[in-house]
Amino acid sequence: MSDTDLEIIVDDPTAPSADSPTVTSNRTADVVVSLLLLALAVTLGYDNWRTGIAWDETGPQPGYFPFYLSVILGAASVYGLGAALLSRKEALEGFVTRAQLRRVMAVFVPTFLFCLATQFLGLYVASFLLIGGFMRLVGKIALWKSLLTAFLFTAIMFVTFDVVFDVIMPKGPLEAAFGY
Amino acid sequence: MEAFGLLLHGFAVLLTWKTLALMMVGLVLGIFVGVLPGLGGPNGVAILLPLTFTMDPTSAIVMLSCIYWGALFGGAITSILFNIPGEAWSVATTFDGYPMAQQGRAAEALTAAFTSSFIGSLVAVLLITFLAPLISSFALKFGPPEFFAVYLLTFCSFVGLGREAKHKTVISMSLGLLLAGIGMDTVSGQLRMTFGSGELLRGINFLVAVIGLFGISEILLTMEERLALRGHAAAISLRVVLSVWKELPRYWVTLLRSSVIGCWLGITPGGAIAASFMGYNLAKRFAKEPESFGKGRIEGVFAPETAAHASGTSALLPMLALGIPGSGTAAILLGGLMVWGLNPGPLLFVEHKDFVWGLIASMYLGNVVGLVLVLSTVPIFASILRVPFAAVAPMIVVSCAIGAYAIQNAMFDIWLMLLFGVVGYVFKKIGIPLAPLTLALVLGSRAEDAFRLSMIGAGGDIKVFWSNYLVGSITTLAIVLLFWPLIDKAFARLRELGRPAKRAG
Repeated sequence: MSDTDLEIIVDDPTAPSADSPTVTSNRTADVVVSLLLLALAVTLGYDNWRTGIAWDETGPQPGYFPFYLSVILGAASVYGLGAALLSRKEALEGFVTRAQLRRVMAVFVPTFLFCLATQFLGLYVASFLLIGGFMRLVGKIALWKSLLTAFLFTAIMFVTFDVVFDVIMPKGPLEAAFGY
Repeated sequence: MEAFGLLLHGFAVLLTWKTLALMMVGLVLGIFVGVLPGLGGPNGVAILLPLTFTMDPTSAIVMLSCIYWGALFGGAITSILFNIPGEAWSVATTFDGYPMAQQGRAAEALTAAFTSSFIGSLVAVLLITFLAPLISSFALKFGPPEFFAVYLLTFCSFVGLGREAKHKTVISMSLGLLLAGIGMDTVSGQLRMTFGSGELLRGINFLVAVIGLFGISEILLTMEERLALRGHAAAISLRVVLSVWKELPRYWVTLLRSSVIGCWLGITPGGAIAASFMGYNLAKRFAKEPESFGKGRIEGVFAPETAAHASGTSALLPMLALGIPGSGTAAILLGGLMVWGLNPGPLLFVEHKDFVWGLIASMYLGNVVGLVLVLSTVPIFASILRVPFAAVAPMIVVSCAIGAYAIQNAMFDIWLMLLFGVVGYVFKKIGIPLAPLTLALVLGSRAEDAFRLSMIGAGGDIKVFWSNYLVGSITTLAIVLLFWPLIDKAFARLRELGRPAKRAG
């Protein structure tokens, strides 16, 4: 091997194991999604019907176009519901295993908390907390590395967006204390 | 050669230090995004779009399209070195690219991939240069009925020609069109589907939805998989590059075939994924020894890469000429045009010459610069993969949030992004395609306006869509494409009926 070759190995110790039991099947997921879409189609369809789906002297009323779209969406969801209920084998494949779900939640929950924190503390503080916390708690990376990375990334973002490109982000009490 | 003169003008627009610097920044960011797991072309462009909000449109589109070229190049690095296709259209590249890397011919495979991507895009850009102005000047004669017919054709061909279950494509599309209708109705000024919410008054922004659908959902999906990887990052020496290039003319048939397939599938919404597989399979079928494919044959890298890039680039043709994007990324670029205050469609070629020709010129230049850049910096980019995903994932989340917020300065949009992230995750898992939803969201209000204007013009007579040969044939073609699977089946049955009779006779 020549000197210019460099080997890259990345391990993933917390990878979801292959034999983890499935939480729910694809069929169940299909059915639930179809029902949700059907409910959405009915709600939107009703609202458009209220707005007016007929024709007046200026042409179609505002609800006309979306009303028929909700009818199409509803019909396709009903078809999907039927297809999911009638299907036999393929649909019984797992939608997500327990180990996978745990990992997905390990990203989703922090992201949700980040959005919540952005609302009250401003985006930059929330971003520092998310990156630092995620690297330390989920990635098990050394504390100083996590905090340093979080600080640097947040600082770069602040300079790039708020200072150079003039794209203003939501701010909270900390920025207010510094006069931004 | 009017196009040639205008192209030169485009280069003149482009050759300023500022634009060239932005181009380099775009390419580097793009390769970065393409190499990182869980991010690719559409996500990268969507996340980085807010950076361009304060730029002038020409600089903005140059930077964004360079991010896209960069991402296309970057995807090949991970597929060849680590057997991890960064994008669905890089899957076919791994078939022969990874075996080559294992045999210690990584540099050769990478050179082949980058060179053929370059050739593929070049063919597509040539097509755009000469065809797009013709189509757009033809489309200038279009009225609302013709435009609606073209939109209908786009939607119908997605349903009829898509590989996914038909009802799922229909769900995705009608959902996108419905979401596009939320908010103030542009014709009557009335509110629709807002349910009294002040936040929904603005409507659902296309880019917010895209950032959620592609950015957030992709992170969730990536976490499900095992993220371990192992491979060598080989530096590419000039000697290898030259030896591969010397071989190139021998494969001209493969390159040409793949380019044509790519261009065709890029303009029609078949997409780069189908193009790369088709390019690979056809190269295999026409080869003298098909069994040597999959064991590290350089042709197996040339074929899919050329097709994927030709298709990815030519997807911009209908976007420029007609205002109809041919791919998810093109749809996002189209969303960008609207943010910068440009009205996509055939008038673009008349009203914003600098912009259009600057973009086309940047396709040429961006591909040349990109080729040189990736060839010289592969090891640096490959080592990005050493950065743990636990550090990359939260940074991507923050970038997505910044992007979503910046579009309308609304906290509500960050929540909306999160919701679309979950929707995108679930949809991908149960096989509801996201591309039709994206397309419908971006085209929805324009399609509706075209429909209503033609209806008002015709006094509510649906026959307006068959009122002349042009609009009539487009509408009819749309309906044929919508029912294409059924028609195809009917033909197959007829043929089967014919066959035993022949045998008997």
